[in-house]
Amino acid sequence: MRRLLLVTALVLSSPMPLAAQDSLPPAPYAYQQLDDPELEAKATDLMHTLRCLKCQSQSIADSDAPMAGDMRHQVRTRIAAGESPAEVRQWLVDRYGEYVSYQPRVTASTWPLFVAPLLVLLLAAFILRGRLVKRKEPGK
Amino acid sequence: MKRLRIFLWVLVAVVGGLFVLFGYQLTQPKDEFIQSAMVGEPLPDFDLRPAIDTMPGLSKADLADGKPRLVNIFASWCLPCRAEAPQLETLRAAGADIVGIAIRDRPEDVAMFLQLYGNPFTAIGADDISQVQLELGSSGVPETFVIDGNGVITYQHIGDIRPEHVQTILYQLREAGA
Amino acid sequence: MIAELGLVALWLCAALAGLQLVAGIAGLQGSAGLAGLAMLARPAALVQALLCALSFGVLLYLFAVTDLSVNLVAMNSHSDKPMIFKLSGSFGNHEGSMLLWVTVMALAGGLIAALERRLPERTMMATLGAQAFVALGFYAFLLLSSNPFERLSPAPAQGNGLNPLLQDIGLAFHPPTLYFGYVGLSVAFSIVVGALLTRQVTPEFARVMRPWILGAWVLLTIGIVAGSYWAYYELGWGGWWFWDPVENAALMPWLAATALLHSASVLASRDALRAWTVLLGVIAFSMSMLGTFLVRSGILTSVHAFAVDPERGSFILALLTIYIGGALVLFALRAGTVAEGERFTVMSREGALVVNNVALSAILGIVLLGTLYPLLTEAFDVRVSVGPPYFNPVSAIFVLPMLVVLAVGPLLHWRRDSFARIRPMFLALVGLGAVVLLGVWLWSGIAILPLLGITLAAMVAVGSLLPLRGRNLRRMPLAVWGMVIAHFGVAVALFGMAADTAYQQERLVAANVGDIIEVGPWTGTLAGVVPVSGPNWQSIEASLAVSYKGGEPIMTHPQARAFWSPPTETSEVALVTRWNGQLYAALGNQAEDGRWQVRLWWKPFVTWIWYGGLLIALGGAIALMGRLSVDLRRRWAQRKIADRKVDQAERAAG
Repeated sequence: MRRLLLVTALVLSSPMPLAAQDSLPPAPYAYQQLDDPELEAKATDLMHTLRCLKCQSQSIADSDAPMAGDMRHQVRTRIAAGESPAEVRQWLVDRYGEYVSYQPRVTASTWPLFVAPLLVLLLAAFILRGRLVKRKEPGK
Repeated sequence: MKRLRIFLWVLVAVVGGLFVLFGYQLTQPKDEFIQSAMVGEPLPDFDLRPAIDTMPGLSKADLADGKPRLVNIFASWCLPCRAEAPQLETLRAAGADIVGIAIRDRPEDVAMFLQLYGNPFTAIGADDISQVQLELGSSGVPETFVIDGNGVITYQHIGDIRPEHVQTILYQLREAGA
Repeated sequence: MIAELGLVALWLCAALAGLQLVAGIAGLQGSAGLAGLAMLARPAALVQALLCALSFGVLLYLFAVTDLSVNLVAMNSHSDKPMIFKLSGSFGNHEGSMLLWVTVMALAGGLIAALERRLPERTMMATLGAQAFVALGFYAFLLLSSNPFERLSPAPAQGNGLNPLLQDIGLAFHPPTLYFGYVGLSVAFSIVVGALLTRQVTPEFARVMRPWILGAWVLLTIGIVAGSYWAYYELGWGGWWFWDPVENAALMPWLAATALLHSASVLASRDALRAWTVLLGVIAFSMSMLGTFLVRSGILTSVHAFAVDPERGSFILALLTIYIGGALVLFALRAGTVAEGERFTVMSREGALVVNNVALSAILGIVLLGTLYPLLTEAFDVRVSVGPPYFNPVSAIFVLPMLVVLAVGPLLHWRRDSFARIRPMFLALVGLGAVVLLGVWLWSGIAILPLLGITLAAMVAVGSLLPLRGRNLRRMPLAVWGMVIAHFGVAVALFGMAADTAYQQERLVAANVGDIIEVGPWTGTLAGVVPVSGPNWQSIEASLAVSYKGGEPIMTHPQARAFWSPPTETSEVALVTRWNGQLYAALGNQAEDGRWQVRLWWKPFVTWIWYGGLLIALGGAIALMGRLSVDLRRRWAQRKIADRKVDQAERAAG
């Protein structure tokens, strides 16, 4: 990163950074918003639900990792080119699997995530019924 | 009270199951690698400019000419890439045709890297915004893909190639040629 | 030699915990032959507290003088660090934080042993025994696999330093706050086990447990609020909640403690919800242990990753299995003896609290499932991610109805009430909700979840103040004040979350010095960028003049900072706080063409999230004070009565 380069240069007056970081500038749309606010909003919402693959559990919208920047660039350019957020998500899922998306879909391996809330709801209704409805006549 | 008791025993069973899962996962090595979902798929279209002046760049057409190849994703700023350089050399000596994709790199840095650690590549494309890397489903450097003669990805190796990986990769390359 | 002193003190603590356990069991037996042994339980707890405090004091000293012959100091400290971070470095790592944990646990144990007089003696002994049993596990963990006093030979010339992200005053005190909370829950757990062992799940038991739950809950609330604010300003992208596994690990004990608090309240004042209270007492402590396990075993990936180690993971898992598995089996065996308790109707304070408890438990279940699900699929070699798009709507299913009940519940009387009585207030609240909903929707047409959030915030805000109606405010008990303030805090925090989600504005630009940047009602001018340096870092600092709606400009200084030991880059954001929100400015890298990356956000009402959280904690603290002062007055009154009896007896004798 340039920032590190500059700082290192200031401190050690040595031109080479010691850390393993690339020296290229970020992709054009990594840190630049789309001109159309509506498209930008779409892209931002999507970016918040995509996983940064180089980071520990962060979305690409919350990361300074170069690869997250490159992914943001992909998302913005694809949205600007008229793709829907669902298509962009699919494009990434086709390459990295469901892991890249923070929004689980109902599949053979994720259905319990969606059935469980219903079960919890039923269980809650059951408990409430047991605790509340039975006791119409208190203190008897 | 009977219902409470049943509920509690069910809870004990669920918690027990959870602990078994935890115990199992603790014994498993933590797999930080993200496998590409593109293995078995044809390469996407791409055309990368040469990473250094003296060598050709890389496009999809170059990789679908009937000959199986290794595509090595690397960068001059990546430390493990230096570590795997001797293994790439071994692979090249064993007859593998290796092409490179340099991620987020400058021509002068790539040239310096090749000079220091050897140049096993027959072509190197420059991927300045990780576009092809993302297309391939690769999530870091270094990674090595085996591509068959029709331009289909048949194998992905994540991380630096250590000596013990060389045989596997050669085997995968032969399989891709069959 | 100093380090060895700490270690010896720690071993003695473990031995005393063993003694306390044996004495507790003897006391539980209650046979006259063992009375002498049982008498040792209290002193064992007291001495343990002193020795543990000594041991932790030794660790603090080692960090203060940067004794690099101690492995932990060498790994986590550096002689150039400011003193406050040297000290906080002592618990900013696994071993030190575990030592802090057991120290607080021992202090809590000493406190109960010294002060608690309300429980029946056998229950008290069982509680002390359970407490010693829990403590023993932690001592074993520390001494056998995480010795903080381990020596390093030869001693290095300099230490590694503390992760710069942790060199922050807010974060220095964030983890200990959470540990204190967890310890409070462990005390509640011990009391639950004691009550189960002696079949004494009574209102008195709940009253004994309540201050511990309240205290733990207040600290957990503060811990979560601080953690959220830290992530907000330190990570540099303006997010305040990510549904990250580690955040969830802190949220789950809080949810359980919130439910437990309300349920113990019902048990204490109405002798109902006995089974719930016991179950939640076990679950609350389980969740704090589970959180510790998830964070330290490295079994899940997270931004807040601790130094992870599978061996520690196995140890915590073993403790988790023994304590939680044991407690649940004990409860299942004793289920028949936890009698049902007093009855009540749907339309009663208890009824509303049952709904609240069930909803909180359901949310807890959802968060637990979503957090652990990736772990489950990984066992089958499938990797999935569960994030905000799942947690937000699914938890909303339970949060929204719970908030409606929260607005109305406190208006109801205990045991039995009629809807007719609260109908006017209920209709007023519903009317208010409808007006806000329609008004906000017509005015700005925001997404459904923030819209409902703002609506419910209005309803809860008004609903939480309604219990004050018609009461003499000067004579109102502190506990009621606490409830009102905490509930009002929920509304404030909810409004902040909804407003920020719906109305935040973002501006990312590459700016030259002199460029003007606009975001929402703010106008910023990049006045300059200069390098600056601190004791252990170098920064690039921007001077950014910002003005709100063309008002007086304010100079802000966002920094891109690089620490060199260990080398880490951080973003030091600049914040301008107004009552109605915050301007959030971060400086990024310099582009090829010399322009600077500047990121600006206008986040309307975002600070209300943390103000609300603090109000919730304040409410809890006030309620705690109320409970304690009532207890103290009662003790005083009892002593007076006892004195008078003695007087009378003496007079009669004389």
